[in-house]
Amino acid sequence: MGRYVIRRLLQMIPVFIGSTFLIFFMVYALGDPVAALFGDRAPDPATAAQIRHDLHLDDPLWKQYLIYMKNIFTGDFGTAFNGQSVTSLMGSAFPVTIRLTIVAIIFEIIIGITLGVLTGMKRGKPVDTGVLLLTLIVISVPTFVTGYVLQYLFGVQLKWTSPSVSPDAPFNELILPGLVLALVSLAYVTRLTRTSIAENTRADYLRTAVAKGLPRRRIIVRHLLRNSLIPVVTFIGTDIGFLMGGAIVTERIFNIHGVGYQLYQGILRNNAPTVVGFVTILVLVFLIANLLVDLLYAVLDPRIRYA
Amino acid sequence: MRGATRVKWAVGVTAVALTAAACGGSSDSGGSGSSTGGSGGGIVRASWGDPQNPLEPANTTEVQGGKVLDMIFRGLKQYNPKTAKAENMIADSITTSDSQNFDIKLKSGWTFSNGEPVNADSFINAWNYDTLLKNAQLNASFFQYIDGYDKVHPDTDGAKSTATTLSGLTKVSDTEFKVKLNQKFALFPDTLGYAAFYPLPKAFFSNRTAWLAKPVGNGPYAISSYTKGSKMELKKWDGYKGPDPARNGGVELRVYTDNNTAYTDLQAGNIDLVDDIPVAQLRNVKSDLGDRYINVPAGIIQTIAFPLYSSRWSSANSAKVRQGLSMAIDRKQITDTIFQQTRTPATDWTSPVLGSAGGYKAGLCGAECTYNAAKAKQLVAEGGGLPGGKITISYNADTGSHKTWVDAVCNSINNALGNNKACVGAPVGTFADFRNRITSKQMNDPFRAGWQMDYPLIQDFLQPQYFTGASSNDSHYSNATFDKLVNQANAASSTADSVSKFQDAEKQLVTDMPAIPLWYQNGSAGYSANLSNVALNPFSVPVYNEIKVK
Repeated sequence: MGRYVIRRLLQMIPVFIGSTFLIFFMVYALGDPVAALFGDRAPDPATAAQIRHDLHLDDPLWKQYLIYMKNIFTGDFGTAFNGQSVTSLMGSAFPVTIRLTIVAIIFEIIIGITLGVLTGMKRGKPVDTGVLLLTLIVISVPTFVTGYVLQYLFGVQLKWTSPSVSPDAPFNELILPGLVLALVSLAYVTRLTRTSIAENTRADYLRTAVAKGLPRRRIIVRHLLRNSLIPVVTFIGTDIGFLMGGAIVTERIFNIHGVGYQLYQGILRNNAPTVVGFVTILVLVFLIANLLVDLLYAVLDPRIRYA
Repeated sequence: MRGATRVKWAVGVTAVALTAAACGGSSDSGGSGSSTGGSGGGIVRASWGDPQNPLEPANTTEVQGGKVLDMIFRGLKQYNPKTAKAENMIADSITTSDSQNFDIKLKSGWTFSNGEPVNADSFINAWNYDTLLKNAQLNASFFQYIDGYDKVHPDTDGAKSTATTLSGLTKVSDTEFKVKLNQKFALFPDTLGYAAFYPLPKAFFSNRTAWLAKPVGNGPYAISSYTKGSKMELKKWDGYKGPDPARNGGVELRVYTDNNTAYTDLQAGNIDLVDDIPVAQLRNVKSDLGDRYINVPAGIIQTIAFPLYSSRWSSANSAKVRQGLSMAIDRKQITDTIFQQTRTPATDWTSPVLGSAGGYKAGLCGAECTYNAAKAKQLVAEGGGLPGGKITISYNADTGSHKTWVDAVCNSINNALGNNKACVGAPVGTFADFRNRITSKQMNDPFRAGWQMDYPLIQDFLQPQYFTGASSNDSHYSNATFDKLVNQANAASSTADSVSKFQDAEKQLVTDMPAIPLWYQNGSAGYSANLSNVALNPFSVPVYNEIKVK
């Protein structure tokens, strides 16, 4: 187990270097950011050259990358164009997005798994058909539509919540955005759980458990649910990284100044330090979430061993 | 057993629902609490966009940062929010006998909000800092007419400054300094209301980082807190001695990433002022807000510029093709249907906010800017047809709703020319990429261009865009007659004389059509019933200090 974890952690190093270089290269390929700084005015060559020099943009790509990596290891992620350091941008953006992700994941787990178990146990019944239809609708409607509709309904018409989230973004204001963010994944979690449960209700060990006369609750939670959760946990684990990086639409609708917003700004303004810095962290989140998912398998199913 | 399970689930779900409702309730009461706070303290809660660059007078090129600078700073001159006329603010008088040497006298008694006096040094030091190449200020070129600019800010790539101060600036006393220009420029005093020319306190030079975190100026407002990227709170500065003190307790600027959300927040009562109505809401805005919707002309013109350096557009006859294309665009229909009358069809290359005294002349472009499908087809044919039989119009697809109108313009051209393949839109991913292609002369076909005035002068609409080698001459248009008339206009002894010479120069643009004027953009804003006396200035920025809070 310990050796397995160390091996996995070591594997992260090339992935980390490779992905940062790829992202660096892609942002670089977007072109020179200096012209856009001047708005509709053409930059005067001397000022533009000075800015390029200050930002190392006049160096060849490999040299820029080396300078960037050297700075990263000293904890310096560079500076955004508005003069803020990227680390301070991260410091304000990541906590917000992490809170949003937590809310979304909680929705996925509670509602998604509940509905999944419910429908999985009642295959073909009206509840099952109803929920399946509902998840189909949720999956097919784009996030920005549900976002704007729910925002208008709860924020403007019913006045239950505020349509936008304040800069501090406390948990209670993130419930609606979190739900919007979670909806599509939630529908998948429901369907995944349902299928998995439906499959396992016919398993031998479950029949044994029933034959032993175990209490129904124990059969469902310890035997059926635990064994059915492996694909669901895999999905939720990878979803953490996906939700954090993919919150752009939701964050925009509810005016949340999180990771998605900063990434969007970074791409619009061709700001390589912002984009590469944020994506680097997201890559790490992805890798760690994946490792945790793999380790969780053993907890759920003792037959799984690591070497 | 079965029942028990069910009850458990039910309890769980209800608990979640209840928590959700409870939190919703609490945030709602928080919202109403802040609005009562707003009416008590007289705070205007307004939408804002994240400034692109650090807030320095000469480093701010866009509206969002400029908005703040105009609240916390006052310059030598101030543009009248109604008439756009440059009026003396800190300047007591600006005199010249030859349109080249200017004597600037300051009013005494002005201070920055940290107590420092505003004197001749505040201006001289600021202007020297703004120009110095090492400081890489984006607006450094605004100082190019001051004598010695080429030494402090050499324009060739890689050159080093040979001086750190502008030789054209001489201090006479604390309340007087002289400016010597390197050419005649009659309208120079009228440019001094622009943000790049604002004075800076000593605090800026002694600790720039601290100053940038919380800028200190000499205007009617002082910044009380600034969280970059999300919020700025400005308080009325009680020590302000100018003639235009704030008529409210302060302004809270909230950064919105999406103007739709800002508009929704206005409807929900979370915010009082939105100065950018989303295009999607233009249909409903009148019924939503009634007379709390403002739609007035601003100093912005939109054009389609041609890359005159490209072989496709440099032939002798191609001006006729450009004129023909101009006549093929049904401006009125597009501004009515797509922009819901938030644009006005353009008939010259300036803007109505200048007024006729300032150089705006309705109809200057004449028939060449009026829709006439038959004549358009004829002119394009006379000019040898469209290069290669078809053209594209490039635009950046990331911001604004350029796709909609570019498609409409192309549609109009196609209809007029009777060829539905004559014109198509060509989106470019990001604004940065779009600007790069333009500044590195990579365009082969027309592209969208826009010009937002820096100061309300006809000079600012014509010279930067169409003078040979000028900073924003994206078409790389060059015409000796035009240049000669502009030089004469700058050397004129009176404003009226200067303006009429500029208009003569502008007439040359009708013949050569380096860019097709499309429409003048309006500023649009909406506000809540909490506010009164809300207006937009000619730059389409709300006149914050005049707003009253109920």
